[in-house]
Amino acid sequence: MEKQHSYSQVKGVSTGTTILAVKFNGGVIIGSDSRASMGESYVSSKTINKLIQVHDRIFCCIAGSLADAQAVTKMAKFQLSFHSIQMESPPLVKAAASIMRELCYSNKEELQAGFITAGWDRKKGPQIYVVSLGGMLLSQPFTIGGSGSTYIYGYVDAKFKPDMSLEEAKQFSINALALAMGRDNVSGGVVHLVVITEPGVKHIVVPGDKLPKFHDE
Amino acid sequence: MQDGIEHGSPSGLKMGTTIIAVEFDGGVVVGSDSRVSAGASVVNRVMNKLSPLHDKIYCALSGSAADAQTIAEIVNYQLDVHSIEVDEDPLVCSAATLVKNISYKYKEELSAHLIVAGWDRRAGGQVYATLNGLLTRQPFAVGGSGSFYIYGFVDAEYRSDMTRQECQEFVVNSLSLAMSRDGSSGGVAYVVTIDSEGVEEKCILGNQLPTFYDPDI
Repeated sequence: MEKQHSYSQVKGVSTGTTILAVKFNGGVIIGSDSRASMGESYVSSKTINKLIQVHDRIFCCIAGSLADAQAVTKMAKFQLSFHSIQMESPPLVKAAASIMRELCYSNKEELQAGFITAGWDRKKGPQIYVVSLGGMLLSQPFTIGGSGSTYIYGYVDAKFKPDMSLEEAKQFSINALALAMGRDNVSGGVVHLVVITEPGVKHIVVPGDKLPKFHDE
Repeated sequence: MQDGIEHGSPSGLKMGTTIIAVEFDGGVVVGSDSRVSAGASVVNRVMNKLSPLHDKIYCALSGSAADAQTIAEIVNYQLDVHSIEVDEDPLVCSAATLVKNISYKYKEELSAHLIVAGWDRRAGGQVYATLNGLLTRQPFAVGGSGSFYIYGFVDAEYRSDMTRQECQEFVVNSLSLAMSRDGSSGGVAYVVTIDSEGVEEKCILGNQLPTFYDPDI
C-alpha cells in the first residue's frame, strides 16, 4: 500500500487530496475533493478539478504533485488520441492505464504522483486501474488514494459491496469523500464526481454545505 | 508507522497498535489489538494492551511499549494511594488526570498515548484521551497507528445512543478493520466492558473476527 504523503519532499503545489473510484452495476464513479495546497498550511485553490478527461469515456484522477500530474495526463491524452486513431476505435481503459504506467515507471525517479484511471469500454465494460508511485498497475473494483485516503480505509472496507446500484455507489462515494475531508486537513472544498456509463458521462458537484454530516457536526 | 519517520527510540519495542474506547449509557467498552513489534518483527503477538488502573478503570496502551507500561504502573500505584486517602473508589477523571500529568511533564522523553476509560458512581461511563499531555473527555476515542485507517469508519458509524451490545460490536468491527490495514496491528482482539456491575474481559481470536468484503479474493 503506497501512502501519498505530501511532506516537504514535494515542493510547489501539491494535491494533498482524497480520490476514489468505485465500480457499480453498469459503470464507474470516479471522485475527488477540490483542494490544492502549498506546503501544509496554504490552500492555493479551493475548487480545483482533479478529474481529468483523457478520452470520451476514460477519466483520470491525480494525487501528489500537481505539476507532475498535469504533465503526465497531457502526454497520456495525446498518446491515447493518437492510439485510438491508429486502432480506429475508442481506446480501452487498460490502454489508457498502461500509458500512465509507462510514463510513471520510466520516470519514477523524478515523478511524485499516483493515478487512478477509470472508465468504460466495449470490451470489458466498467473498469478501474490504479497506477501507484513507482509504476505498478493494478485493477480493482474500488480504490482510494491521496493523503486523505488513510482515514477511510476502514470505512470503504466495511461498506463496499460488489454490484451496487448507481444511487448506492454515489452515496458510498460522497460519504467516503466527506469523511476523509473531515479528518484530513489538506483535503476539502467540494466533492467532484464523474459517473461514466455506456450512454455517457455525467459530472456532479456536491458543495460543502450539502455534504452529509456525521455525529459530531 | 511505515512513513520513515521514527518516533521515540528507533529500535525499541513499539506497540504500533489500534486502541479504541466507547462510552455507553451505564459503562464503557475498551478494545485493543495484541501486536508488539520491534522494527519489522513481531515480538509478541498476544499482548494484552488493556491494563487495569483500578477495579473499574482501565487504560489502553499505545506507542512505546516501555513508556506506556511504566506510565500505567506508576498511575496504578498513585491511584491506590489516592483511593486510600479519600477512602472510596477513585474517579475515572482522577485516573485520567494522573496519566495526563505524567504525559505532559515528560512529554519530550515519552512517546506513549494512553486512553483511560472506566465507570464511577459520580459520572457513569467515561472515556478520556490523553495524547501528548492533553486531557479531554470524549464519547469515544481511538489511538495508535491503526487508528488512522478507521477514522472514517468510526465517524460514520458512531451513534450516541448505542447499547452495550452495539458498542461491543462497534469496537470489534473497528479493531478488525484497522488490523487488516495496519501492518503494526494484528493478532487477537481484547475487549473489556466495564459497568456498575463489574468488568467483563473477552478475547476474540483472529479467525473469529468479523471479515469484510475483500476485492482481492
